[in-house]
Amino acid sequence: MRSYIPGYEMEAPRNLAEALERMAREPGAWKPFAGGTDLMVLLEAGKLPHRRYLSIWKLPELRGIAVTPQHLTLGALTTYSEIRQHEIIAHEFPLLCRAAAETGSVATQNRGTIGGNIANASPAADSPPALLVYDAELELISTRGARWVPYQGFWKGYKQLDLREGELIRGIRVPRGKTSWTHFYRKVGTRRAQAISKVCFAGTAQIDAGRIADLRIALGSVAPTVLRALETEKILRGQKPTPALVHAAEQVLAREIAPIDDIRSTAHYRIRVAQNLLVEFCENLAADTK
Amino acid sequence: MPEAARKIRVQCEINGKATTLESHPMSRLLDVLREQAGLTGTKEGCGEGECGACSIEMDGALVNSCLIPLLQADGTKIRTIEGVTEFAKLSAVQQAFLTYGGAQCGICTPGMILAALNLLSRNAQPTESEIREGLSGNLCRCTGYTRIFESVVAACRSLRPGS
Repeated sequence: MRSYIPGYEMEAPRNLAEALERMAREPGAWKPFAGGTDLMVLLEAGKLPHRRYLSIWKLPELRGIAVTPQHLTLGALTTYSEIRQHEIIAHEFPLLCRAAAETGSVATQNRGTIGGNIANASPAADSPPALLVYDAELELISTRGARWVPYQGFWKGYKQLDLREGELIRGIRVPRGKTSWTHFYRKVGTRRAQAISKVCFAGTAQIDAGRIADLRIALGSVAPTVLRALETEKILRGQKPTPALVHAAEQVLAREIAPIDDIRSTAHYRIRVAQNLLVEFCENLAADTK
Repeated sequence: MPEAARKIRVQCEINGKATTLESHPMSRLLDVLREQAGLTGTKEGCGEGECGACSIEMDGALVNSCLIPLLQADGTKIRTIEGVTEFAKLSAVQQAFLTYGGAQCGICTPGMILAALNLLSRNAQPTESEIREGLSGNLCRCTGYTRIFESVVAACRSLRPGS
């Protein structure tokens, strides 16, 4: 059932300092609200327990895409549409573009933000696997100052993030220099558009002299959080992607993920598909080693 | 019952006209447009951003008005289906929907037309796959989509220079 709308408050701070000040002065009272593509759905369903929001949508300090020789940095309010239109992202971080293009439709991509996607912490989100394989770091800011933390491990459980009291995600940065790596992304959903994933798989790898010199694998919708498949990476790292090795890696992956039966799929199906996507990724790598 | 938030006043431009809207800050823009501005061409389908029946343009971007809290409409320029027809002349997209049977029950039609117009404003000659993607956030339960797709293809053709 729909929420009682007059019971909700929303205010719009004029700048980032004012927003942080507000969050520091009244601890826990205010939650940030960006493009609304997740929170408004909960509101409509009567499942939005928190009642006071700060609209951060217009804060200029959280917008924009910056490129330095070392990093590409996305303001937390960067929308999926902005990601899709950015030439350097398309060239150097193609999985981010793919993930953005596979998130909802045009209207969702115009409002949904990368920071909101991280903060919402859905295990089925499309961008986090791509961010993980690109070694993303988050900049967190509060009135106490700013800190950078690795995105890998930035969660404590289902929909729980390691954000401190009064902290906002200001930006997300990814290191450059992996254009020679192989990049692979595949989302499996019920239909091509507007679907939430059953399984999402992102992988990057550096091939050197026929071997997988280094690699990253991350998956969505197979555990309470988005997951970096560290054990599966370990068995593949430094090796030639032979069919025997890939088969062994499939078994490791099945032990490493913990999918459930839910409205979109079953645990059994998800394990099989995750393994199939791993094989597809490794076949791409094998092709690159020839 | 929880304490009620105060109502807010929001200034925006709707279909070229300066407008003041007044409601609770998290009222859905969809409801305020329909009930206060009287713009009932914007429809509610799913109410959760899946179906596109409530599509409008906000500062030139296609958005689902069911997912916009009123407060975030402050200072924006909005175009609804009522703002598509200029001087009582149908747009090429509207005309094509009539000619090619792109509308049946009509609930998805305002959103479909705005999605198509928004696509054409960004990309005057979209490919077939770009048209499919541009309309992918708009669901229709009557037409089977083929006639909608053909309508947009025809509109693109009629807008091509020299046609």
